[in-house]
Amino acid sequence: MASQNLQSVPAELSPEEQEREAAGKAYFDRIISEDSRIEPRDWMPEAYRKTLLRQISQHAHSEIIGMQPEANWITRAPSLKRKSILMAKVQDEAGHGLYLYSAAETLGQTRDKMMEDLIAGKARYSSIFNYPAISWADMGAIGWLVDGAAICNQVPLCRASFGPYGRAMVRICKEESFHQRQGFEILLELSNGTPEQKQMAQEAVNRWYAPSLMMFGPPDDDSPNSKQSMAWNIKRFSNDELRSRFVGMMVEQVKVLGLTLPDKDIRFNEETKKWEHGPLDWNEFKEVLAGRGPCNSQRIERRREAHENGAWVREAAVAYARKQAQKEHAA
Amino acid sequence: MTDKDTDFAIEGHGDISVGVQGAGASGDGSASATRITPGNALRPEDIALEVRRGQVKPSEDVAEFALRIGDDGLILAQRLGHWISRAPELEEDIALGNIALDQLGHARSFLTYAGAAWDKSEDDLAYFRREHEFRSAHLFEQPNGDFAVTIARQFIVSYYQYELYTALTASKDATLAAISAKAVKEVDYHRDHSAQWVLRLAGGTDESRARIIQGFKLVWPYVDELFEDDELTTRLAEAGVAVQPSSLRAGFDRLTGEIMAEAELDIPAVPQALGGGRRGKHSEFLGYIIAEMQVLAREHPGASW
Repeated sequence: MASQNLQSVPAELSPEEQEREAAGKAYFDRIISEDSRIEPRDWMPEAYRKTLLRQISQHAHSEIIGMQPEANWITRAPSLKRKSILMAKVQDEAGHGLYLYSAAETLGQTRDKMMEDLIAGKARYSSIFNYPAISWADMGAIGWLVDGAAICNQVPLCRASFGPYGRAMVRICKEESFHQRQGFEILLELSNGTPEQKQMAQEAVNRWYAPSLMMFGPPDDDSPNSKQSMAWNIKRFSNDELRSRFVGMMVEQVKVLGLTLPDKDIRFNEETKKWEHGPLDWNEFKEVLAGRGPCNSQRIERRREAHENGAWVREAAVAYARKQAQKEHAA
Repeated sequence: MTDKDTDFAIEGHGDISVGVQGAGASGDGSASATRITPGNALRPEDIALEVRRGQVKPSEDVAEFALRIGDDGLILAQRLGHWISRAPELEEDIALGNIALDQLGHARSFLTYAGAAWDKSEDDLAYFRREHEFRSAHLFEQPNGDFAVTIARQFIVSYYQYELYTALTASKDATLAAISAKAVKEVDYHRDHSAQWVLRLAGGTDESRARIIQGFKLVWPYVDELFEDDELTTRLAEAGVAVQPSSLRAGFDRLTGEIMAEAELDIPAVPQALGGGRRGKHSEFLGYIIAEMQVLAREHPGASW
């Protein structure tokens, strides 16, 4: 792989190679300073490649693992229209995973290897999917809060300096916007329904609110990688900045829903012109991240099982393709 | 709900057009942001609207017939939906999910239309009928098994449905013809998908070949039931509304036979099961399928979702 070669033999570059390196670096620096786009064949610093690969593969894994809590309700969706929307949504997530794995592959990592790392517990995915979806209203809260937070995070990524990532995000954000609307609709319907339905909706919002705020990542003073990502035009806004914007949006939307957010400390700070929220339990965040959330092992086990049960199918497809190619070659 | 209520535009994040119109724009009170279908495809909501306006109402016979094929799609969608997040490859999560969605879409249209005869909605029919009131054939309720069983089942289903919907596009019942015209285009893709996999699994590895042979053995007993005529289909065929299921058999045999021959697979020499799904006689599987499907709706009778 190109990235490994660059790492392993840095000292043995010939004068021509050194010149190419220098020209590549100059080009990279100019592209970044012009806020333009780096493409897969362009020279890039090793750390830039690694950061992107980590971020994009984590994002892809989040889509794939994120299918599970919602797939959990497909067979029990309470109306055929909702069933159909939910199926389409979970299917979109598989599609997002595919675009993102493809974007990551342009950085020199295969999808198989990324999947292997996920199953081996070596790769991370968004911690929020380690919480269980225990009621139908969770389909609403996940769409409204979790996808809502994802949109806030992801819309700026459409302008990420790495071309394949930015382009994948444009399409993903369009679909995420639909996902958030369907979540909002589910909650609105429940909130205007029977008292039991409304209670179901409120409980779901109560459970998903804090985890969704923590989706933006640790507070800025505890987020060591953010600064470099911002310098490379991958990340555009800080974690706290995005979190504050998200709170501001939710605080308005929750009124339309006729529900409340489980946070008495939300306020608009007139001085900073930013929305503020109550304290978040970052200890819990770290615990879940470290694998001690309610569903960590269940989620990975389900992925492992699907992957291993499908091994014979993938092998058959490869064997068949090889035989067909031989036939064509012989003809 | 208006556009304004659900306007999630995010300011200052660049140029993102969501490409989704809110409810306010269409002027249809039942419209929603999640009812986006490209082109002029016929949606279950359109049929429901026609029913409400009194523009269409099926005869008792047509409703019974629509119930049969609607139940086929519904039960199969319920089965296929289980694959989403469990498929052998991401591409198959998407493909099987898509087929499930198509089947559910057809089911919703047929059930909405059928329900118009009895003043019932698609959801009344899906969630508040009991086992013996379902009219699906046994093939559709067969368990997913491994990927090979699912593909074998899907192969039979899609070739059967293709013949059926093609014939129904000439129905004298305009609604049946319209739903079928949309469905046949989608089922054509399902045929392609399952045929490709039959060839791959049969011609792949020893293991995949053994599994697809076993898969066909498990589902083939439920083929004959699909092509059985009865009093209802006889009356509808005479009226030019439907065709006798037996008339679809030759096309099915020829086209599936071509693929089976290419895959070097024999039609399994297994006895045909008695069937009876069209009369509400089901296997042990259906009870569990509908228990899971109906549980939440039945906890909250009369609720809107």
